[in-house]
Amino acid sequence: MNISQFKPAIVYTIYIASTPEKVWEALTTAELSRKYFSGNAVEVDLRVGGAYIVRTPDGALHISGEVIECDPPRKLTITFNVNWPALIEKLGPTLVTYEIEPAGDVVKLTLIQSHDRPISDDILSGGRSGWPAILSSLKSLLETGEALIIKMAPPQRMLEALKKMGIGTP
Amino acid sequence: MRKPEFVYVSYIETTPERLWEALTSSDFTKRYWWNTSVVSDWKVGSPFSLVLNGQTTDVSEILEADRPRRLSYSFHHILNEAARKERPSRVTFVIEPHGKLVKLTLTHEDFEDGSVILDGISKGWPAILSSLKSMLESGTALAIPAAALDIEGLK
Repeated sequence: MNISQFKPAIVYTIYIASTPEKVWEALTTAELSRKYFSGNAVEVDLRVGGAYIVRTPDGALHISGEVIECDPPRKLTITFNVNWPALIEKLGPTLVTYEIEPAGDVVKLTLIQSHDRPISDDILSGGRSGWPAILSSLKSLLETGEALIIKMAPPQRMLEALKKMGIGTP
Repeated sequence: MRKPEFVYVSYIETTPERLWEALTSSDFTKRYWWNTSVVSDWKVGSPFSLVLNGQTTDVSEILEADRPRRLSYSFHHILNEAARKERPSRVTFVIEPHGKLVKLTLTHEDFEDGSVILDGISKGWPAILSSLKSMLESGTALAIPAAALDIEGLK
């Protein structure tokens, strides 16, 4: 897949008192992701072309994608497509990149959500509200041993925009 | 084209009152904000300044103060000559209970066209607010080297 057409739409940077290896593990294992990502399990075959999926707590396929770049523990790029009917046809694939860099004794984690076409603010409100919650909780888990319990519902403006475009939502 | 603004959201296991204290007390800000003090009486219209190791870096004023929900101040960096010539921008913190947690939303906006501070504040706030979250949750702020921020002009 040629990712040069993709442009960043959302960037979120967070600093974590941890090691690059532990941040990588948190981003790529079901055991840790369940704790900070509302019970959702990340399952990833860590090689270029490998499958990336996220399952909801009841085991349903929520997000499916593919590993595009894999450079542990520095960089992971994946396609990150929510399994809502017609979403990928209407919005194109979503690309997510995690960059992990040492910053003194702590770790700088940068999340970049990119798209190959312009995406409206209404649609992007989903990622803009979701990523800070997920990554705040990941940071708490790695620093204190306890993830945050953050109750989140998809933003109403996003659901309405998806509906108007004929994209199904749960 | 949309006006530039920087928005950062963080969820923190704390109370709105403790978060307000952390944003407005130099005893706290010095720990998570590279030894920076925040100097003000926190009344609307009062002066507000940031002081780093005895040197004032920013001077401006309190625009809104609704403890412990909303704090807004103008932001005018004075150390750098180009920044000093710009009109002040605006920083707003919104503090909301979210279940047993607190949601902090920072919005930094109202920049002059082509503002020279946009790069620095976009890289600075995530470091400052990450460190603030760590201090409130684990008791230990983060020691983030300024060089790790990769700010234009600070390299």
